[in-house]
Amino acid sequence: MDSDSLRYSLDLVSGCGLTLSCEQRAALQTSLLILKRNYKFSRVLFWGKILGLRSDYFIAHGITEDEMRNRKTLYSFNCVDWHLLPPVTEAQLAEVSLLKEHFKGDPSYEYEHTETRGLDEGDEAVVEEITVSVKMTEETRLAATVFNIDREVSVVPRGAFIKTPSGRVQVNRCFEGLSESEARKLSSYLHFSEPQHLKKKTILETADLNPSIDFLDNLSEDTPKGSWSLQFERGSISVLRSLLWLGLTFFHVPMTPQHGYIYMGDGMKNHYLPFML
Amino acid sequence: MDTSEEVHYNERDLAAKSFKAFLLKSSSKTNLNLYDHLAQLLTKVMDESPEDVVETFEDMSQEVKRAGLQNTQSTLRDTTPISTATVLAEQQRALFSRKAGEDPAHEEYLVKTPLPNVPELAFYLEQAGVGLGEEEMHRVFLALKELVDTQPLQRCRFWGKILGSESNYFVAEGEFQEGGGEEDETAEEEARKSEHRVDDLEAVAEHTVNLLQKSADKSMPVVPMEDKGTGANKYTYFVCREPGMPWVRLPSVTPAQIIAARQICKFFTGRLDAPIASSPPFPGNEANYLRAQIARISASTQVSPLGFYQFAEEEGEEDEETPRYSLEENPDFEGIPVSEMAESLSTWVHHVPHILEQGRCVWVDLAEKPEELVEEEEGDEDREDEPDKPEAEVGPPLLTPVSEDAEINKTPSWTAKMSSTLVSQFAIAVLRSNLWPGAYSFAFKKKFENIYVGWGLKFTGEGYNPPAPPPTQQAYPSGPEIMEDLEVGLKEKQGVKSTLEERRAVEEEESEEAEGEEEEEEED
Repeated sequence: MDSDSLRYSLDLVSGCGLTLSCEQRAALQTSLLILKRNYKFSRVLFWGKILGLRSDYFIAHGITEDEMRNRKTLYSFNCVDWHLLPPVTEAQLAEVSLLKEHFKGDPSYEYEHTETRGLDEGDEAVVEEITVSVKMTEETRLAATVFNIDREVSVVPRGAFIKTPSGRVQVNRCFEGLSESEARKLSSYLHFSEPQHLKKKTILETADLNPSIDFLDNLSEDTPKGSWSLQFERGSISVLRSLLWLGLTFFHVPMTPQHGYIYMGDGMKNHYLPFML
Repeated sequence: MDTSEEVHYNERDLAAKSFKAFLLKSSSKTNLNLYDHLAQLLTKVMDESPEDVVETFEDMSQEVKRAGLQNTQSTLRDTTPISTATVLAEQQRALFSRKAGEDPAHEEYLVKTPLPNVPELAFYLEQAGVGLGEEEMHRVFLALKELVDTQPLQRCRFWGKILGSESNYFVAEGEFQEGGGEEDETAEEEARKSEHRVDDLEAVAEHTVNLLQKSADKSMPVVPMEDKGTGANKYTYFVCREPGMPWVRLPSVTPAQIIAARQICKFFTGRLDAPIASSPPFPGNEANYLRAQIARISASTQVSPLGFYQFAEEEGEEDEETPRYSLEENPDFEGIPVSEMAESLSTWVHHVPHILEQGRCVWVDLAEKPEELVEEEEGDEDREDEPDKPEAEVGPPLLTPVSEDAEINKTPSWTAKMSSTLVSQFAIAVLRSNLWPGAYSFAFKKKFENIYVGWGLKFTGEGYNPPAPPPTQQAYPSGPEIMEDLEVGLKEKQGVKSTLEERRAVEEEESEEAEGEEEEEEED
């Protein structure tokens, strides 16, 4: 969500219940501009809020040249002082899904979680146990959670970003918004992260795609089906809510280039989605 | 030399002309050709002289193309499709119109109305970081006004919003005036009766099935529902999809529904008549599930500052064992300083009774059989000894502080903080539930309020495990009394066979004799 149009965007997203107080919004408007200058970002986006027991984390993304790669993530407690989050490894991303406690609100808190999983090996009656122990600080957990959420449920409308022949992803200045009928279909929305399913498509399917626009995964290919809730709030604003990460809300006003997504929640994945549908 | 130059020049001229002809070739899809397009584009660049044309060249090209396309006038007129936005806007317009008979200067408005002060609520909630947007809250306010005007409510409150996968529910809580809510019930019953008349045959079939089930299933008496106005059914709830749409009243909740709702974990779809497919099966449709979740959320998360409510003094004997349920506002409540409320959880207390394991707020002893049933069962041959009287379930009494709530995963189930650390004189205290994500309460001096905005799901900590399906029913144990004894059967069959043969032989002899006599007679 762009820091320039914060108030307007928050108003559209507030159907999920959480917004920012006036004080926080005012602080964000000033501190994000300073951040932009200090780190030499081309755009600064307010990503959202992760609720912790003692205090909440406010997260922002800084974008340099390419919209998708080399994004820097920063966090703050009071919307004024920002700290850079460290980059995460694949191993950490996998480990973080084992932690099922709330965020504590203290970045130096160490999580220690050990899980024993039994493994039967074929016909043998012996059950081998594998202990998986996870040790990480809350800061790493925060970075990994933000990365996971971006990878799995970040949403942009189709056509809002284009990929130049050099491979750079940039904002499509000619994007005038989805039409009303297009905005009702889940296939008009794409994930804003490295595509996973695109490479597996057959040539027949890729023939209809426009390589400069359709370089991302489509939302309608998400499993399980039904993990997105597409609604038209107040009749005309298309709002997408993820049921996999409860708290992620995406809005788009059809026939205008306004769109954005925000995550406001406790930072825990909803593993039991198939039971709930 | 001239001829070669001329020829060379002619070739180049020819190549240029053929290339120009190529440029003038119309595209097969649209009637554009590249020559005209480039001409228009370069004219535009000349007219506008933008900066850094090279960077924005492609964008300009697209703009020129789009501007060039014109709608050819067709003889058919386009009918503008009516979008859902306009339909909703029409419905919401009714919210803003003042009804006939209302006069702003009328004195009735000075009297206390059951309508809550929603803009004030929205202001405080925004400071807490919770809200639905200013305009949306105002629409909710007007929708509540409409509800109060149509229903005879004594008190009304905006309970919150429950999100669903297809659409959401705005929930309002109301307390009827004495004897007020019954009219709707008779209307409901009549509607039900008319439905029954249509599905008579089905009803009869169902009824017989129920009777059979009841006679076989003696060990599961149904826990009776709590009466309207008491316990879990103290308030009536109304829902609507968007403010402006008509309010639908939710049915009262039964203990069986609460017990089933505790075991399942399902998203709401947004349609009140949607079936709930779950294991164990939920008795009812989405309207009942919604009502059950609302009851659970209210019982767990409706809190108030310590001292706001006090127990009403009851006349007569005060039995220490029976829990007290009647609350009234404390006129001497002074308000607790915000910093204290944000620091300690013991300054917040529950003011809605806890729902017991049984599914009710007031425990009912099922072992006491009413007289009718006792008479029927005396005729039974097998009569088991009466089981021991089960212990009365007791929940935490009303007005227990929130600090005594059970912890989940070693974290307290509530988080309290101040809304602002920069300006603490005017900050408010905010309480957030970790058990039911989405439940918020705030308190500021003498004001407080609770709201729920969320998915209607409880936080389960380790995870949700659906209960295992019940074991398969045992077949009747096989024993000698039902098994066919093969030997005896065989003998019996053989006996029958032999008697039949004998009879047949006798008949044949008789018939032969008869024939023989006839022959003799004929001979004679």
